[in-house]
Amino acid sequence: MTDETATTTDVTGTETAATGATPEDGDVTGAQVAGAAGPDDGTSRSGDGAAGGDDVLVTVEGLEVHFPIKRGIVLERTVGYVYAVDGVDLTIRRGETYGLVGESGCGKTTLGRGLLRLVEPTGGRVVFDDIDVSTLKGERLRKSRRRMQMIFQDPLSSLDPRQSVESILIEGMRAHGLDSGKESTRARLVELLDSVGLPESALHKYPHEFSGGQRQRIGIARALAVEPDLIVADEPVSALDVSVQAQVLNLLEELQQRLGLTYLVIAHDLAVVRHISDRIGVMYLGSLVEEASSDEMYAEPMHPYTKALLSAVPVPDPTVEDEREQILLTGDLPSPANPPTGCRFHTRCPWKQETLCDTDRPQLRDVGGGHRVACHYAEDILAGRITSHEVEPELVHPDS
Amino acid sequence: MALLDVRDLSVVFKRKGTRPFTAVDGVSFSVEPGQTVGLVGESGSGKSVTSLAIMGLLPKRGAEISGSVTFEDTELLTLSDKQLRDRRGRDLGMVFQDPLSSLNPVITIGLQITEVLERHRGMSRKEARVEAAELLDRVGLPDPQRRIDEYPHQLSGGMRQRVLIAIALACRPKLLIADEPTTALDVTIQAQILSLLSELVSETDTALIMITHDLGVVAGLCDDVNVMYGGRIVEQAQRHDLFQRSRHPYTHGLLQSIPRLDAPRGEPLTPIRGSVSDNIEWEQGCAFAPRCPNATDVCWSEPPELKADDGRMLRCHNPVAIGDAVTEGAL
Repeated sequence: MTDETATTTDVTGTETAATGATPEDGDVTGAQVAGAAGPDDGTSRSGDGAAGGDDVLVTVEGLEVHFPIKRGIVLERTVGYVYAVDGVDLTIRRGETYGLVGESGCGKTTLGRGLLRLVEPTGGRVVFDDIDVSTLKGERLRKSRRRMQMIFQDPLSSLDPRQSVESILIEGMRAHGLDSGKESTRARLVELLDSVGLPESALHKYPHEFSGGQRQRIGIARALAVEPDLIVADEPVSALDVSVQAQVLNLLEELQQRLGLTYLVIAHDLAVVRHISDRIGVMYLGSLVEEASSDEMYAEPMHPYTKALLSAVPVPDPTVEDEREQILLTGDLPSPANPPTGCRFHTRCPWKQETLCDTDRPQLRDVGGGHRVACHYAEDILAGRITSHEVEPELVHPDS
Repeated sequence: MALLDVRDLSVVFKRKGTRPFTAVDGVSFSVEPGQTVGLVGESGSGKSVTSLAIMGLLPKRGAEISGSVTFEDTELLTLSDKQLRDRRGRDLGMVFQDPLSSLNPVITIGLQITEVLERHRGMSRKEARVEAAELLDRVGLPDPQRRIDEYPHQLSGGMRQRVLIAIALACRPKLLIADEPTTALDVTIQAQILSLLSELVSETDTALIMITHDLGVVAGLCDDVNVMYGGRIVEQAQRHDLFQRSRHPYTHGLLQSIPRLDAPRGEPLTPIRGSVSDNIEWEQGCAFAPRCPNATDVCWSEPPELKADDGRMLRCHNPVAIGDAVTEGAL
């Protein structure tokens, strides 16, 4: 048994063991569980501890998601593409939290969905635990989904209003053959609810009977129900009230420690992402512009966009606020259907230079210590050899 | 003499077959010319209803408003619809949260601005158009001459919010109410809009009421801050006092529970336990008591009064001791 399965059985605890002993359906379920987690179906890790030196769980290579723009009714023809995700490379290590930040329209959500193949990537590869997810089909793809779950932003619209909590939680377990016998399932459900801080009585209630924070807990329990390795959390707290956000953030951290989960947290709130993440990737117009450890990103942002983003976050402290130096960006995010040439950020960049910026697209390069940045002049800016200047805002039409 | 004086404002929503609901309960505060006052609270705290009541935008039927709202010696609550319409737009401007739903989608943005100018400042269509372009330029809309004939859907969210601000400022109001003006926007755009607002306010000496749930926004912008909970003001203080030593357990809890970009990482957050649905009625005691780490028996039996304490107004039986943190933590 791999150590993954070992950690997840901690949750199920004695119940799973008890299931194996029940004569009527125990064997079948046992086989299914093994099938879902064992090495024979090919969706799982090929061998124990063979996952590479740094223990990488997910590798994303050159991921692209381009949505076609179509015109015409009968004779549909493609007139262009929205470059939602346009060549992203990143790795997520086992047990870490990778935070993905960026503003609306930068492609962070599409990246998360493309990674889980909830939208079909148009290019690139996603390798999950040594399996190339991008080539999986049919049953094997379905089975691999057990190990990659998602938590959505809006807990009300992502929970079926006509299903009770019990049926919401069981659905995924049943689909993956984890629904093993009435009693053990029941015990598992109670345990799931307990781990997200909800009482047993919640089982027979419906989503509308809960507050926003509790609904998000149900969403988390649903993701946990199938014992995943990776959880993609897309804006997990942005729909919640401030006082409740901290509860959910703490819960996510606690669950990670207890179950050894790996998170990809997608959010626009930098303070939230910095708090919860070990490493952070900043996205702008479909690609990563900077990646660093959470502390380093805050202490020494190198990409002009990251600098501006960090300086724009208001801090609840008047003394800090009064002295805060802001880098105000002018204009809006350009349309991802018609991205600027060269560096995607050059139209708004206060450090834009005469050469390279508008002609060559900078690649993400390591500047030391795993800090990666996609800017031609990152070192010069850091050393103060280049100073910022005024930028004239450009017209941006949201639908062009 | 305060520009706006709100005294004992209460709003009760009544509907057949349901219990009356008190959304705003005895709220008092005042705004001086050129001053920026913050109303902070979570959803359901009554901050938006307060602003709608001041502007006379609540429905006539179903909402019972009491108390007084005095604007430059005029009682706004007793004005007729017509008198109120004259003040609104001219003396009182408002910026809403969602710029797309507050702009008319089938009218060009130019017309939406000139309409105000013609109605309140008696300008001719031609003059108004010139003025509108100037206003758009002032709020930072690139290429206003061309954009003036565009429709709201052709603009981005940040640009729409700029248009709304231009409309609100068209008649140089003495008081501007901004209800979560940046909540729908990205942080870099939020920074643009906030700096625009504070610039305009200080240039024209306009008073601003800023309604928000974001304590960071308040910290940078407001002179005085009112923290609302369950329809009542629970703490009212100058911003430095409020943020450096918040005394109400709710304010304190809020500040403890938000992750800060400048704080050391890895420290667990201290959330406020429970949610707003746990509140008890103010008549029974303190609405915050079920969630409060400092709650004692008196909090469950006696409603606290808003009293002057430590250079601020405070509604609490057991305020956070000075220089002390709320000890008991989460859940």
